Amino acid sequence: MTPDAEIALAVSDLRTRFGGDRSGATVVDGVSFSLKRGRTTALVGESGSGKSATALSLLRLIDAPGRIIGGEIRLGGENLLSLDETEMEAVRGAKIGMIFQDPLTSLNPALTIGKQIAEVLLAHKDVSRAEAEARAVELLTHVGVANAALRVNDYPHHFSGGMRQRVLIAMAISCSPQIIIADEPTTALDVTIQAKILRLLHDLQQEMRASLLLITHDLGVVAAMADEVLVMYAGRIVERADVDTLFHAPQHPYTKALLACVTDIGGDRSVPLEPILGTAPDLKQQQVGCRFAPRCPAVQDFCRREDPCLMALSDRQEVACLVVQRERNLMAPADA
Amino acid sequence: MVADNFTSRTGQKIEEAGPGAQDLRSSRRFWRIKSFARNRSAAIAAAFLAIVILAAVFAPLISPHGPDEADNLARYAAIGTKGYILGTDQQGRDLLARLLYGGRVSLLVGVVPTVLAGAIGLGLGMIAGFLRGIVDQVIMRCLDIVFAFPMVLLAIAIAGAMRPGVLTEIIAITIILIPYFARLARTETQSIAPMPFVEAARAAGGSSGVIMARYILPNVFGPIVVYATTLMGLMIVVGSGLSFLGLGVQPPTADWGAMVAEGRVILRRAPHVTVLPGLVILAVSLAFNFLGDGIRDALDPRTIGR
Repeated sequence: MTPDAEIALAVSDLRTRFGGDRSGATVVDGVSFSLKRGRTTALVGESGSGKSATALSLLRLIDAPGRIIGGEIRLGGENLLSLDETEMEAVRGAKIGMIFQDPLTSLNPALTIGKQIAEVLLAHKDVSRAEAEARAVELLTHVGVANAALRVNDYPHHFSGGMRQRVLIAMAISCSPQIIIADEPTTALDVTIQAKILRLLHDLQQEMRASLLLITHDLGVVAAMADEVLVMYAGRIVERADVDTLFHAPQHPYTKALLACVTDIGGDRSVPLEPILGTAPDLKQQQVGCRFAPRCPAVQDFCRREDPCLMALSDRQEVACLVVQRERNLMAPADA
Repeated sequence: MVADNFTSRTGQKIEEAGPGAQDLRSSRRFWRIKSFARNRSAAIAAAFLAIVILAAVFAPLISPHGPDEADNLARYAAIGTKGYILGTDQQGRDLLARLLYGGRVSLLVGVVPTVLAGAIGLGLGMIAGFLRGIVDQVIMRCLDIVFAFPMVLLAIAIAGAMRPGVLTEIIAITIILIPYFARLARTETQSIAPMPFVEAARAAGGSSGVIMARYILPNVFGPIVVYATTLMGLMIVVGSGLSFLGLGVQPPTADWGAMVAEGRVILRRAPHVTVLPGLVILAVSLAFNFLGDGIRDALDPRTIGR
């Protein structure tokens, strides 16, 4: 992959807090990454690591009293965090499309499928309702819903889970956004459907030359779909690498541990799987030092004192681990 | 009814054929009407109400006598008396005529305030439930003031402050009903607003207005309609109460509740004078309830095709 691929969306030092000022938790804490045009970036991490919060922050959909407390989200020269609500509504759906985790509850039970897709088009494009509904049929056909001209008149409960996810994908791509965020798009689906949905997402993304941010905890999905991988732990990105490097030469102890949790069908089954010991830190507490330190097998004294930041090991890999950084004699950048 | 039943049976077969038979489902709207007709009790109720309403509207054309026409020679006539099919009251007034004309007032007082209060309460409750915070507090606390008084007592107070008449009754009943609808609408809105599909609509760029109109309203509307239909029968009775107290329509104008009230003094001698309007109120109230259930089923897409 070319490192100089066109950047579609750049996030820097994004910080998002849930809850009030004193009792809350900073669930996204200084996250920086960029999405490149026509590429798939996977955001992986365990539950509660801030993956979904990051995705919702990109669309500024954090519900009060939670809020984004800092950072910048640049999309085509605009900082999304400085837009007002009306301007933001014009971005959601039109420039950034989002696909949610649970297709069963992400569709309005009281509207037909065709009308729901039409709503997105009506919100962003200067089209009549009839045109929007005609376009809905094309979109449904495009995402592989058979008999779309009839199915637009059906309600969500007439559709299976996989079909509903196709409908949601049709809604997300209806305005040809440059960025598609898919938050665990296959978690609620059974395995055979998962592969089909992922294939569809991949094909659409290629065809639209869009950037896909794929949020998942399934490393199999990552291996199949991603160009680049961001590993998130406790609100921070601990490793960024292209997909081959990540799987073959993971550097951060957390990434290594994650990969060790995956079964290999050809592997020796007498070797027990290695769970990561301990639990993720309570983000309500003030954090000192590396957040993975309490669970880290390679922990050193300085890990508990100093806060690591992402540093490039090569142009394909960045890691936020003091041990790795010291081994390689990397100096902290001046501004850190 | 027979024809309805037949077509609905055929309809059932098509539905049971499952997703493979989609091409047979020409239009969802069609199935909406079908599912409504399939609900037989609702269909009967609707037909009954249609007859009652038409009879009230066309009372001057079909009534054998005037509602206030007293025949002193035929007082206390029993049901089935020649010329007075449903008998007469203590003043010799034809009960059929009074029921027909009385329906005009009673239906008006039962339906109009409920619809008005339903619309206003739905709007207020949705806004309160959706916007939350200070708007919610202001709206709901104002409505709590209305809510704090016993329903009928407040209606009496409001009606008492105005000139007696049908319009007064309608206004008074509308005001007392608004908080009931607003509370229901608010609760329903609060249960719909956190649903993932609302967040998905937001993520797709829906503004608050669009989300309220297209995502919240269709999901709140059903319960409100059902609630409204259960209240209609009750409001006929409340309206009658106001008339009885002299705050609504004035004698000799008939309304069903007033007829019950007038008949109670001669309950032993001529029970039909009380029982007939009572039965009419009961039947109409029940019919509204059945109709409400049917409308709810027809509005809820999940029950279509069951």
